[in-house]
Amino acid sequence: MTEDVFKALADPTRRRILDELVERDGQTLFELCARLVTEHGIGLSRQAISQHLAVLEAAGLVLPRREGRYKFHDVNTEPLEHIVNRWLRPDASEDTP
Amino acid sequence: MRIHLSSVFVDDQEKAVRFYTDVLGFVRKHDVPMGEDRWLTVVSPEDPEGTELLLEPSGHPAVQPYQTALVEDGIPATSFAVDDVRAEFHRLRALGVRFTQEPLEMGPVTTAVLDDTCGNLIQLVHSE
Repeated sequence: MTEDVFKALADPTRRRILDELVERDGQTLFELCARLVTEHGIGLSRQAISQHLAVLEAAGLVLPRREGRYKFHDVNTEPLEHIVNRWLRPDASEDTP
Repeated sequence: MRIHLSSVFVDDQEKAVRFYTDVLGFVRKHDVPMGEDRWLTVVSPEDPEGTELLLEPSGHPAVQPYQTALVEDGIPATSFAVDDVRAEFHRLRALGVRFTQEPLEMGPVTTAVLDDTCGNLIQLVHSE
């Protein structure tokens, strides 16, 4: 899981997705795409953004939430705490290589 | 050439015309029986001779996969211009309308996305 977090954070578009979700949680794919293109000039296709979201979901940084016919995306910062603990609070460190 | 008619697919024409008139505020223009269905259009009270919106029955088998996929990703295929998206958002939410996107400034425009209860997401937009 930690490897996935580093991989997810290594991409600037995925960091922007997290930035936007922190600003407003619970966004649809449509809203995320609109924000990325207007705020950051990231004009990727919806399919490409969807794939970036899948990487963030695999790392546990984004949690997809189905509500009836809708699908929203919530940010989840918990995986980041493991990274912080590893170096800033080593006593509480996760046992990761 | 001008745009005369556009359509949204609705799962129930009677429910749809109530939503589009009583809630959104459009005006019924044509309501003609066509077998089981109706030729049912609404227009804006601000432009009664303008573009008509056809409330088209969604019975065709292609419609449901189309609507399901768009709604899941939050995509509005239809957009209505308003004077103030935030004011409409508050007015409509008070009437129980569900929004999948709250008002959002995107450069020179502000948008929001609502569920029309008949199968579609609709975008509201105004320009600054």
